[in-house]
Amino acid sequence: MSAEGMNPQKDPLHPQVQPPTDESARGQDGQRLQHAEGASKPVRAPAAREAQPRGAKIRGDRPIDQAEAAERFIAAPLHQAAHDARLWDVRKKRDAATQAIPEWEELRELASQIKTHTLANLDTYLEQFEAAAKANGVHVHWAADGAEHNRIVHGILRDHGAKTLIKSKSMLTEECGFRHYMAANGIDIIETDLGERIQQLDDEEPSHVVMPAVHKTRIDVAEVFARTLGTDPTNDDAHYLAESQRVTTRPLILQADAGMTGCNFAIAETGTVVTCTNEGNADLSGNVPKLQIHSIGIEKLIPRIEHLGVFIRVLARSALGSTITQYTSHFRAPRKGTEMHMVLVDNGRSARLGMEEFWTSLKCIRCGACMNTCPVYRRSGGLSYGATYSGPIGLIIDPTFNKRKYSTLPFSSTMNGSCTNVCPVKINIHEQIFAWRKVLAEEHQIPLLKQGMMKAAGAVLSRPAAYRAAIGAADSALKALPRFAVYNPANTWGKKREMPETPKQSFHAWYKQNRMKGGAK
Amino acid sequence: MTSREATLAAIRANRPKGDFPLPPIPAFTPLVGEDLVAEFGERLKRMGGRIEPVAEGSDPLAGIRERLAGAKVVASAVPEVTGNRDLTMVAKPGDLEDVDIAVVRAVFGIAESGSVLFTEGELIVNSVAYLAQHLIVLLDPTDLVDTVQSAYRRPEFASSAYAVLHTGPSATADIEGVLIHGAQGVRSLTVVMLPR
Repeated sequence: MSAEGMNPQKDPLHPQVQPPTDESARGQDGQRLQHAEGASKPVRAPAAREAQPRGAKIRGDRPIDQAEAAERFIAAPLHQAAHDARLWDVRKKRDAATQAIPEWEELRELASQIKTHTLANLDTYLEQFEAAAKANGVHVHWAADGAEHNRIVHGILRDHGAKTLIKSKSMLTEECGFRHYMAANGIDIIETDLGERIQQLDDEEPSHVVMPAVHKTRIDVAEVFARTLGTDPTNDDAHYLAESQRVTTRPLILQADAGMTGCNFAIAETGTVVTCTNEGNADLSGNVPKLQIHSIGIEKLIPRIEHLGVFIRVLARSALGSTITQYTSHFRAPRKGTEMHMVLVDNGRSARLGMEEFWTSLKCIRCGACMNTCPVYRRSGGLSYGATYSGPIGLIIDPTFNKRKYSTLPFSSTMNGSCTNVCPVKINIHEQIFAWRKVLAEEHQIPLLKQGMMKAAGAVLSRPAAYRAAIGAADSALKALPRFAVYNPANTWGKKREMPETPKQSFHAWYKQNRMKGGAK
Repeated sequence: MTSREATLAAIRANRPKGDFPLPPIPAFTPLVGEDLVAEFGERLKRMGGRIEPVAEGSDPLAGIRERLAGAKVVASAVPEVTGNRDLTMVAKPGDLEDVDIAVVRAVFGIAESGSVLFTEGELIVNSVAYLAQHLIVLLDPTDLVDTVQSAYRRPEFASSAYAVLHTGPSATADIEGVLIHGAQGVRSLTVVMLPR
């Protein structure tokens, strides 16, 4: 074990959550490992008891108050610091991994083009996928929405007399409210991903698409496991906790009547479902029970196997800063003597395809890079969004499910554009966030106070020439906007802080003066 | 109208305007050196896997046999190693839960990522690669491909019912980023370079 591994570099960002020792796994040569979602340096919230901040309050269809939940997250400084440090570390690992391949930008462009092509011809590719899957001996089902998905799966389970189902993590089944539906119908659902299992046992939604329990400290996990699995409440060792989950989940895996996975990529030419995981739990779900079910969002299609050569290279690098996930599994046909079902789920996707400004959000491969880089997300936690999808991608997807309930979410952004820059499939996330603000304002989905602010700013911001003229006169956009628009209580991000000193000269003015001398070329 | 028809009709009605051709995929220059065995080993170790050290001129399986001698239940899917659990006689996949060590042969390995590929043909019972506590993988050094991209040009993905790339052992860091091997699947993965 190297001295450097035991005493990693000081973290200038949040020294209060940096422990003196390190428990991460070591490799064969004694080197510190940081594959999968492993942190590049230890992050550990101090043992001081601090209650875990809970998520946004859900009140039917009423708009989610993300800012209120974010304030409670910030009011828990140890959780907030550990969360911020942990996700910023993943972002930095992502940067290192992407910079290590010279063709990175080319891969992003290819991934984007393959996705847009597939979405523009989605009917053809879905029919091709269905035909291939049927030829492989797979039962194919179509669900118009989440409720139908749940009914279909329930019907399959009923046909087999299945009472227990093990599953790997799937954002689609979260979207469908699958666990809650099955619980009400007497079916036992067992999540087998560690993070997702923690969240299930704590009766809380996942807070991140890749790391569902990233908002919890080990002390929180120790509390949940002591309460639900009977572990030692005073033992918060991460190895002990992970092992406790392994030994308590394994009997449930062995006895399960059915297994289910989500889908990272569905290959049209072969009818294959591809899952990318680190724990091996999707493979247990697909390979142990006699009945296996794969739930597939229709936007997961890609045309051919060769395209995995692009997507597998961008997914884990974007999500974790790892070359590849520990397991990349390709399920094509049932094992001998077993049944395999695939459920193709629409749930609003075909309608989103017709939204001119927003359809490219369907390119998303759920890597979570936009969440890790977002300053709002890192400081407010995924649960503060009160929706299945949080962070920047959530801001542009959630309103397609419910415009009123998620009407405030597109305002939880600083508009810094970092999400767009890290997106492996080049979704113009921050531009879509801005476009949603306009749509929601036009449809009167946003509170009156915010509307007034938008109107005052909108006249200036919507016309580049007027914007520049206003800035020229006022030195800065912050000054061009009425003070009430910047410090208005509805503007969450102006709250509790003075806006920065504005530069004496705007970039545009500087550029004009220094780079456009002698007339424009 | 069935949900199938409704979804397809909505997709057709909502088809995005514009021309979106499928781009050709260029063959990128491999980012690995010519010594694929060394590159593979280096990357596998970074992903938490092990390479069985073999002294020149000695039996590549000597170290493995020592480990197997200390194991209670060994399931072997390869002729080079004799186990005490016959994979061809397994009634149901869950029966392999007591396997200490499983030995299987990889179809091929990928130097760029340190991955190995298995299909149902190599595993005999797929679950053995996850329920066993430890996995030992035999890999012929001539079965290495350079990149992930070239791996996906191999025929196994279209011809097998199940094909899986393993890159190191089962891992999790869901609790405060602490990397732990053996989340749900195997606690260790060791590759032995051994010609077929």
